[in-house]
Amino acid sequence: MDDMSRKPNALELHIPKPRARPGDKPDFSGWSFPEPGATPKPDIEESAVEMREYAYGLIRVLDMDGNALGPWTPSISPEELRRGLKYMLLTRAFDERMHRAQRQGKTSFYMQCLGEEAIAIAQTMALNGDDMCFPSYRQQGILIAREYPLVDMMHQIYSNAQDPLKGRQLPIMYSSKKEGFFTISGNLATQVPQAVGWAMASAYSNDGRIAATWLGDGSTAEGDFHAAMTFAAVYKAPVIINVVNNQWAISSFQGIAGGENTTFAARAVGYGMPPLRVDGNDFLAVYAVTKWAAERARANLGPTLIEHFTYRGGPHSTSDDPSRYRPSDEGRCWPLGDPIERLRDHLVSLGEWSEEQHRQAQEEAIETVRATGREAEKVGVLKADAPQPRAEMFEDVYKDVPWHLARQRDEMGS
Amino acid sequence: MSPGTWRGNATRWGRNHMAQMTMIQALNSALDTMMERDPNVLTFGEDVGYFGGVFKVTEHLQQKYGAKRCFDAPISENGITATAIGMAVYGLRPVVEIQFADYMYPGYDQLVNEASRIRYRSAGDFTVPMTVRMPYGGGIRGGQTHSQSPESLFTHVAGLKTVIPSTPYDAKGLLISAIEDDDPVIFMEPKRIYNGPFDGFHDRQVSPWSKHPASEVPDGYYKIPLGKANVVKEGEALTVIAYGTMVHVALAAATEAGIDAEIIDLRTLVPIDIETIVNSVEKTGRCVIVHEATRTSGFGGELSALVQEHCFYHLEAPIERVTGYDTPYPHSQEWEYFPTPPRIIKAMRRALES
Ligand SMILES: Cc1ncc(C[n+]2csc(CCOP(=O)(O)OP(=O)(O)O)c2C)c(N)n1
Ligand SMILES: [Mg+2]
Repeated sequence: MDDMSRKPNALELHIPKPRARPGDKPDFSGWSFPEPGATPKPDIEESAVEMREYAYGLIRVLDMDGNALGPWTPSISPEELRRGLKYMLLTRAFDERMHRAQRQGKTSFYMQCLGEEAIAIAQTMALNGDDMCFPSYRQQGILIAREYPLVDMMHQIYSNAQDPLKGRQLPIMYSSKKEGFFTISGNLATQVPQAVGWAMASAYSNDGRIAATWLGDGSTAEGDFHAAMTFAAVYKAPVIINVVNNQWAISSFQGIAGGENTTFAARAVGYGMPPLRVDGNDFLAVYAVTKWAAERARANLGPTLIEHFTYRGGPHSTSDDPSRYRPSDEGRCWPLGDPIERLRDHLVSLGEWSEEQHRQAQEEAIETVRATGREAEKVGVLKADAPQPRAEMFEDVYKDVPWHLARQRDEMGS
Repeated sequence: MSPGTWRGNATRWGRNHMAQMTMIQALNSALDTMMERDPNVLTFGEDVGYFGGVFKVTEHLQQKYGAKRCFDAPISENGITATAIGMAVYGLRPVVEIQFADYMYPGYDQLVNEASRIRYRSAGDFTVPMTVRMPYGGGIRGGQTHSQSPESLFTHVAGLKTVIPSTPYDAKGLLISAIEDDDPVIFMEPKRIYNGPFDGFHDRQVSPWSKHPASEVPDGYYKIPLGKANVVKEGEALTVIAYGTMVHVALAAATEAGIDAEIIDLRTLVPIDIETIVNSVEKTGRCVIVHEATRTSGFGGELSALVQEHCFYHLEAPIERVTGYDTPYPHSQEWEYFPTPPRIIKAMRRALES
């Protein structure tokens, strides 16, 4: 061995750097992925130890021409696939309009899931309708796939008089128990161990329902993620923990979150949990791995960690300008394409869809969002004067309003 | 009001040119000044490196001093706080950024059980000269996880110092003192006034810092000592104690109501400048305390107790507190929640009339 390491002053602080910054050409060279269809599909009873390799591969079903290949090809009807495609189109149209609405000053904040639509939507379709979801802020697709009223999402975004959350939450921090959608927290990763706890409770109660939770690549650095992994593994909780690796956490590339020399799926190895790493822009592959993990969890075989390999197509939020820290054409160069186009091509290759139908479906989605937008805006957009009665501010802090809050409410007046 | 009042009692070294700065630029200048002077000073936190921080407080520092001295951290406030402690124990002077004060809590254990007590439990053998910066406060439509004012969670911890500036000039001088301090300092930045001295009237135009005398900031090294309050306006009728954004809101309230209030900007919450408070309250006999944080167990409770203990026989009216309500920070009802000038005026009138 060279003696560098023994020199007294050989130490130097390492700071990971992304391959490309603004002005550079996007660089995905040297990235190699397993071929679509090449990854074997294990039995749901396979031990975590035997599954280590999955942490370093990438499960792919669709090739770039829209053909579905290999053992992970799910059995899902063209009808269902068209439904999934329409949800994705609707999500994209919704994001586009609400992002614009923020720009027009109609609300304070918005977050798109551009390029990540397949993940929330395929996963929701692979789960049962009553499975419980603990999302981050980028899984609006869950609500859309569970057909939560679009107009209520808009009411929430506008904090208007019909906002189901009474104007209390930042836009997009939805909540709907009916749809099995846990109230979104602005504090990263907190939902992940909570999902594990929900799953433990489901097991405790001999329930048939499982939990699924999502967090970003960046958020895996939080201690809560590691607590979740420990508890899920220890108690074999029926939970699916999804890491959405969209390469960026605001301006920090995934190497800052610990992805420089390993994968996020590999986190599972240390906890003795099966890892699955999947092309997040491949609707069929995402659907298939979720079915696998859900079946495993429902059979009381415990949790699975899924890393969805994807790219954040838009800015982090309306407060962000990504051209300041990454090449603006990086997303367009993403080697694994766009999830909507890829599912479209697949349906076309099956003879179950056409360019013309796609165009129409796209227009329908835009029109639905436009009509819903008009309806929501008629109720109101975000204004300095809140439409909520002032006294409502003091409700739901506790079940009952204690004296000191009642007094503050009275002092405030109406 | 004279610029002198806003300047307070800075100690200066060498020759300084003055430049006009926002609070963000002043904080950036403090970091720049200290990184230039002391190779042991370094800064890190979420998005602070290449991007220069989501509020741009660390802008250009990575380009100027290299990635080793200004870098991005994984999203772990726990990790950020704990590694800063380790670096400080080594002998560096880390300045870390918590992206929003609302995100401090994953690192809270490291502050409460570790940073605050390492000097004590090692009988001075180990020390933690670190600074933890965090933007705090509402009025930016940030909802409940971008608006909190958790200062009393730090002031309650023995061994931590807590500092909150209210102007660009103070921000730079106080941050330099915090960095040079040999104990852990929580440095809370009122983000509502990062770009201008917001007066609490959300429907009026906010004037930029450039129109405020305390935006004239020396471009080099100077310090404002920790533990020294600033009387930003002298007055006879009553004393208002405030810090951060609320200093400007209280001033606007006094002006609006034509009340001859003496307004104290605490600048350092712990260790507190009791002398300035006592002198003022003994003179006026009336005291209104203003903060944005929730009321129950807020720092106003401590202030109220101190005034009562020190000035009981001088008080001519019950001490008033104007604070955020005891609810999470609402999104749509932001301006109903925020302690605006009308609420402060009401409290001042109550104090004057009783
Ligand atoms: C505890 C906590 N720390 C910091 C933040 C600020 N913050 C919000 S989103 C974000 C980046 C998250 O990146 P990632 O987990 O990769 O999710 P993505 O936005 O890419 O979906 C940060 C740092 C926060 N909301 N909560
Ligand atoms: Mg991310």
